[in-house]
Amino acid sequence: MNAFMATLSRDLLIARREGGESLLAVIFFVLGAMLFPLGVGPEGKLLALMAAGVIWVMALLATLLALDRLFQADWRDGTLELMALAPDSLTLVVAAKCLAHWLVTGLPMVIAAPVMALLLNLPPEGWPPLLAALLIGSPALSFIGAICAALIVGARRGGVLMTLLALPLYIPTLIFGAGAVQAAIGGFDASAHLAALGAITLAAIALCPWAAAAALRQAME
Amino acid sequence: MPNLDVQNLACRRGGRILFAGLDFSLSDGDAALALGRNGAGKSSLLRVLAGLIPPFTGSIKWNGEDVRRESYEFRSAMRYVGHADGLQTNLTVIQNLHYWAALYRASTSRDALEKALAAVGLDELADLPARMLSAGQRRRLALARPIATQPGGLWLLDEPTVALDRPSIAKIEAAITAFRAGGGIVIASTNAPLTLPGAKEIDVAAAMPSPEDAFADAFEDALL
Amino acid sequence: MASPNPSGGFWHRLANPARFQRLSAWLMPWLVLITLGCFGAGLYYGLYASPIDYQQKDTVRIMYVHVPAAWLAMMSYSTLAISGFVALVWRHPLADVAGAATAPIGAVFTFLALFTGAIWGQPTWGTWWVWDARLTSVLILFFMFLGYIAIRNAFDDQARAGRAASLLAIVGVVILPIIKFSVDWWNTLHQPASVSKLSGSSMDPAMLRPLLIMAVAYMALFGVLLLLRMRLELTRRRVEALQMARAGAATP
Repeated sequence: MNAFMATLSRDLLIARREGGESLLAVIFFVLGAMLFPLGVGPEGKLLALMAAGVIWVMALLATLLALDRLFQADWRDGTLELMALAPDSLTLVVAAKCLAHWLVTGLPMVIAAPVMALLLNLPPEGWPPLLAALLIGSPALSFIGAICAALIVGARRGGVLMTLLALPLYIPTLIFGAGAVQAAIGGFDASAHLAALGAITLAAIALCPWAAAAALRQAME
Repeated sequence: MPNLDVQNLACRRGGRILFAGLDFSLSDGDAALALGRNGAGKSSLLRVLAGLIPPFTGSIKWNGEDVRRESYEFRSAMRYVGHADGLQTNLTVIQNLHYWAALYRASTSRDALEKALAAVGLDELADLPARMLSAGQRRRLALARPIATQPGGLWLLDEPTVALDRPSIAKIEAAITAFRAGGGIVIASTNAPLTLPGAKEIDVAAAMPSPEDAFADAFEDALL
Repeated sequence: MASPNPSGGFWHRLANPARFQRLSAWLMPWLVLITLGCFGAGLYYGLYASPIDYQQKDTVRIMYVHVPAAWLAMMSYSTLAISGFVALVWRHPLADVAGAATAPIGAVFTFLALFTGAIWGQPTWGTWWVWDARLTSVLILFFMFLGYIAIRNAFDDQARAGRAASLLAIVGVVILPIIKFSVDWWNTLHQPASVSKLSGSSMDPAMLRPLLIMAVAYMALFGVLLLLRMRLELTRRRVEALQMARAGAATP
């Protein structure tokens, strides 16, 4: 069992032990769906226009909320140092943590997405591309966000700062993710958007663990 | 036959040079005690040796190879126990040890882990959540880590016996002796009682530069 | 006592703060001269002696202030990324100072681009802000500068702050083209038919010359501001080191 699998199963075990805490992000995700109709009015047509964008923005924010926990606990109790000093590269450990984060936060959001779509009156043509886009794009959110979480680990008021750092980096994912749904609703082909989204996710999975590991090592110096 | 060779080591933290010109050499079975008052840089020395902090100058060689170049070999042989215990409080004692064993590519069988726990006197608490442990018990669990994951090589222990009572300290000393008998090298920093027979002394405080030199910037150095 | 081996290389010699202060002091008057000269010439040509746009008439003259500001915003971020890279890989001490000095300058240029873009937008489209591709990208860039400044201020340990900020700048510069690409895509999808592009249709050579002169003027201004801020930052760090030495010597 190498460092990747060991860290993955450990993080999943911890998430299960912590129980409710892991689901907070998903609850926040759906809560946002409630706030928008209350804010802009319940008119069906208006909500339908906004639905794709709102769902994606809430996905970004919910992921950011959960990213705080990615490295902070391990930093505080000293586990991060142990991970850095293991024979296997820290990059592997970080990749495992990102994957665990997505499984605990991103995947539930994909499952909760139909509820969001219902509450926000998303037209039926938009549902399949929404699920596909969230499934393809949410890993990118976890992996890209991990870099920002690693950069500010141990900083005061890290949570808000991390949001400021991560949101510009999330913009391509947001544009292509929401764009896929809107294209499908408009009767166009969403596959170009989904392909771009897939490219971003693949690049994120390949590169972000390495960058985040570098950031963590700099933090421990 | 493992050996550690340190030459001209210097460390700089927070704009201040903590120690400089540190030289020492250790071979299998050796032990060393890092001495100095609090804040002298004992912890930093161990962290530099472990590789968490890059040295300001100087070289660290493990078995003749620079540790920064052959870091995989070094990290396979080196175990570090710092101030922090590194425990996940929601996991049980043995689950914590299991993760470290897996991370450091050591045996993760229940038998091997229980043996390590027995060496520090925690075998009865194996299935308790770690958050229920006292400070001394947590320290002992942290020390079980090198015991479980490394039969031979280098142990870097930072204040290992803090918060431990006499019987526990004796257990730790026994484990260290067994490790050294197998050829391992131990470097420890401690203000609490810890007997390492035949240990060399590394006087970190003596390697501290004068106040004027301590704050020499990399900038200023270029002036020389 | 041990000291890093100062290799004889040019960059390492430059790292010596006294030498840097001398060099920058020598360079400064020339840069100021170039700045004033180019601004003078550029503004004369731009605001007075160049042709007007067929559609936009005189308001196109804002382009001579707006477009170079946007270019300099990009150039500032590149400087940030390069200095971050040098700071992390070669640990050249001046690189960290350059990064800290550049960030506020870049933020100001970016804000200037946004501000002049808004002023340009008002008479052209009747609104102070429009989500055109370039303005949106510049707005995102503005927040990336703010993020860099924020992360520098988030740590007490200045060394840690410098490393984190350098890494952020490198990550940012890698993702910036992707952001630009996605914003351009987004804009073409949603663009209403009647929007005219801010950059002006075809570039009359008589318009190109003042634009380039203004670009040089902005770059020289950037150089002046950068050197000023770096000198300031170096002095500040020197004072801090002396204060720390005093505190360290006092403690028994």
